[in-house]
Order: sequence, then C-alpha cells, then structure tokens
Amino acid sequence: MNAEYIDTLQVRLTLELCAPSDIRFIEGIVGLIQRQCREIGFPSSKCSLNIPVALSEALANAILRANKEDPAKQVYVRSAIDTDRIVIEIGDEGPGFDFRHSMRDPTLPENLTREDGRGLFLMTQLMDRIESFNNNGNVVRMTLNRHAKAE
Amino acid sequence: MSFAIKKQGEVVVVDVEGQLIVGNRQELKQKVLDELERGERKFLIDFSQTGYIDSSGLGVLVSLSKKIREQGGELRLANLNEDLKTLFELTKLDTLFQIAETRERALETF
Repeated sequence: MNAEYIDTLQVRLTLELCAPSDIRFIEGIVGLIQRQCREIGFPSSKCSLNIPVALSEALANAILRANKEDPAKQVYVRSAIDTDRIVIEIGDEGPGFDFRHSMRDPTLPENLTREDGRGLFLMTQLMDRIESFNNNGNVVRMTLNRHAKAE
Repeated sequence: MSFAIKKQGEVVVVDVEGQLIVGNRQELKQKVLDELERGERKFLIDFSQTGYIDSSGLGVLVSLSKKIREQGGELRLANLNEDLKTLFELTKLDTLFQIAETRERALETF
C-alpha cells in the first residue's frame, strides 16, 4: 500500500506466535514481521537492516542462551506495528539476564577480531529502545520509530 | 538461502544467496574450510544476492578471515549493498576486511 495513504489511516498490525526453541525458525519469523513493516510503509533500510538483524539477534539469544535449544521450551513473539513505530517483544523460558551488563563494545581494538559478542551491541545500535523485564519468563522489548525523532 | 562456490582463476568465489545468519553460518564455514583444506588460498565472498547478516554471520566471516590468513591465504569481500555497508561500519568490521565494490575489482586486486 502507498505510504502516503497509510499515513491517513489508523492502522495497527499485530502478530503473536510461539515457536519451538530451534534456530531454523528464526528466518521465517523475521520474514513475517519484515513483510508487515513493508506493508505499512516503514523506510526500506529499517525493513531490510534494523528490524531483521535486531529481531534475529533477540530470537537467537532466546533460543540459544535462554532456552538452550531445549525442545520442551518455547519462544514467544508479540509485535505491534502502527504508522509511528514497531514494538516487538520476545519472551523465553530462561532465567533472564541484564543485557546492559552482559554487553561489551565489539568495536574496541581488543574485541574486533573476536568471533562473538556483537549481538546485543547490534540490537542497541539498530533499535531506538531496548528494555528487558520478567513477566512469567524473560522478555525483551524492542522499539523502533518509523521516522527518526526530531532532536 | 544457500552458498554457491565456484573457481575463477586462482580464486574461490562464494555467493551468499539469502541470509547469512545463525541458522546457516556453519554451512558457509565448513564449505570454505573444506576448500582451504584442499589447498585453496584465495577467497572472495560476494554479497550481491545477500539479504541480511546477523552477528553470528559476521562472527563466521571474522573466524574464516583468521583461519585463511593463518594458512597464508587471503579473504576479500565484494558487493555489499548500503545496508550491509552500514552493518560493517557499525561494527567497525569495515576496517578488518578488504571490501571491494564489485566482484571484478576484487578479483583484479588479488
């Protein structure tokens, strides 16, 4: 739909799903939300970079680190997209962690050649806001505004 | 998503078709390491058909770069679109890799 028309409407697309703790599901889940963002007229780079990479990282953390790929455990995804922003919540059945204290700067010279340690950094760089809380399980909430906020 | 490997002169060229993410990074790693094991030393990864890359995908590129260099070889990257360039700049990996605008340019400079 043309983005100019979308702006005149009160549109809100929501999605809720749960998936087994299997990394093979990540690409499909990301694709679903990516399509909704395109449909509602999010800027191209946010649909093809910010949202898929940040969501892929959050899902990988939930499946690998929190649920430890336990097939008995699920990951939960809730997203709400309107003409102003997208809010995505990713829940898992792990113990939870304070992501800000788990993050190191992968751009420092001593970390640049490390294979790991870029996931949380990318989430914070590519989203406008990241929150984590416990609500009968660990939940990470990521918010991205459709347009950059005025300074 | 898949990886197509072919030889152009002395260079092993890998096309990343689709995403390079946690779910398929090991496949890319193994394919390149198999070629390294066979004695290949010049590698070019072409991203002209790539969607997005996550941190695991970036990590595999860093790992392969180290392993290839340890064997006296070289890894170059080509055809990053604007989003992928942004990703490499954010992580400063643009300073770690030799990145060419096109496949031809990358092949010329090996």
